[in-house]
Amino acid sequence: MNFIPSTETEQEDLLKEVGVSSVRDLFNDIPDSVKIDKLDVEEALTEFKVKKKLEGLAAKNKILKSFVGAGSYNHFIPSVVDHIVGRSEFYTAYTPYQPEISQGILQAIFEYQTMICSLTGQDVTNASMYDGASAMAEACIMACSISKKNKIVILKSVHPDYREVVKTYCSAYSIKLEEVEEVSADEKTAAVVVQNPDFFGRVTDLSKIKEYIGETLLISGVIEPTSLFVLKEPSAADIVVGEGHSFGNGMNFGGPYLGIIATKDKFKRQLPGRIVGQTTDTEGKRGFMLTLQAREQHIRREKACSNICSNEALCALAATVYLSYVGKSGVNLGDVCLQRAHYLYNKLLEKGFSKVFDAPFYNEFVVKLENVRELHSQLLDKRIMAGVLLEDYYPEMKDCLLFCCTEMNSKEEIDELLGAL
Amino acid sequence: MKVIEGLKYSKEHEWVKVEGDIAIVGVTDFAQEQLTDVVFVELPEKGKEVEAGKNMGVIESVKSVSDVFAPISGEIIEVNEQLSDKPELINNDPFGEGWVAKIKIKDPVQLDALMNHEEYTKTCEAH
Repeated sequence: MNFIPSTETEQEDLLKEVGVSSVRDLFNDIPDSVKIDKLDVEEALTEFKVKKKLEGLAAKNKILKSFVGAGSYNHFIPSVVDHIVGRSEFYTAYTPYQPEISQGILQAIFEYQTMICSLTGQDVTNASMYDGASAMAEACIMACSISKKNKIVILKSVHPDYREVVKTYCSAYSIKLEEVEEVSADEKTAAVVVQNPDFFGRVTDLSKIKEYIGETLLISGVIEPTSLFVLKEPSAADIVVGEGHSFGNGMNFGGPYLGIIATKDKFKRQLPGRIVGQTTDTEGKRGFMLTLQAREQHIRREKACSNICSNEALCALAATVYLSYVGKSGVNLGDVCLQRAHYLYNKLLEKGFSKVFDAPFYNEFVVKLENVRELHSQLLDKRIMAGVLLEDYYPEMKDCLLFCCTEMNSKEEIDELLGAL
Repeated sequence: MKVIEGLKYSKEHEWVKVEGDIAIVGVTDFAQEQLTDVVFVELPEKGKEVEAGKNMGVIESVKSVSDVFAPISGEIIEVNEQLSDKPELINNDPFGEGWVAKIKIKDPVQLDALMNHEEYTKTCEAH
């Protein structure tokens, strides 16, 4: 097919048809205050100068020892991940879904879906979403569509940034969102949203929550998915959403990340996004293709419960390669994260920090110490990022620090942190 | 194309079979031909009040998604659960095993607004 740009006459006809006088009028929804006429940027530099400039910027970076998690986790990425993801057959800005030419990527997505289902204890998942937060918001819309109710209850122990994204989506869908301290549900509630382990690292028994809320749907967020290597699969939840970047994708300054959403077979028609299925071709050979497409907005139009018609194929591929590579030794990796975090926790208590919660934890926990903000900043001068100051998210949690350990924090590094206190 | 005498038809291609104060509703042979292979039927909810001309369910085929409109107002008293596992019944037997729902007729006068088989045949031929 040739690409033929529209002529001026054609553009005028199109504008007339939709009833506006100029292309600019199409952007009237955007407030004038944020519109710009001309970008104030310098003249283009030569490649040589650009390189120098970027090197100068890079030199300003401080390499820190990080004990920060809170939604973004520093995990080792085996080199095999980049080698495979970087292959030209895969490395494209476009997600090629056509079965005639894309059996490779479709099979990879199918394998990804299989792994996610196995890790989450759910029956069906999609080819991935933009990130964990938007996956959580999509799950809320999905729950309202399943239950035909329009109230969502979300625990305050869910990541604050995730709650903001959920709030934005819900407001556009006229969904009533209630933030609560304790799990509760009435007959108007479509779903209860929890995070496990929660923002403070606490591990909960999802089956007890599900038992308590009964018919109301349970959406469980898994934001540190390596926890699935050691914890019980969240099969008690009706919808599991998650952030998958821990699987072979870098922290990337917060994105691109990998949105996970999985659910029970009976809810598959409300699941947003692309789904790859396995089939046989006319010669009886195994093949892969998109399936259940009538859910999606290119067919279902305004009745579709999501506008997602894409996925993050490259991030999902990285996760697939990572999970295949880690295999059953993932259990050991999870165990290392858990042991290191518990080692640090116990040592901090010995050093005079006090405990804040009694619940079991995986690789994140909260401790408290007077004037901890000052200590936090002193440690930063020593190039140690000692957790997250929770007061910034929860004003009532003054002097509380949220720590995280992964396999990247060696015992020596943890001892260095303890020594610097 | 099959059109059955004695049934009532809507312009959205649903058929209605009146049995006392109950209307059995399905989609016509013409509709199923247009839809091609049906792969999923979202059935109306039992006990729900539906309004004539308003959406009461959805039929998905391999090439499209279409609404099923209630040809008449009333309460859904029964739905064809078989369609959940065998949506192809709509293709194989649209006037029989492929029925969609039974509605308790609220206002029998609404039946007069529907077409008879001859009028409906003409509508389809005009397509």
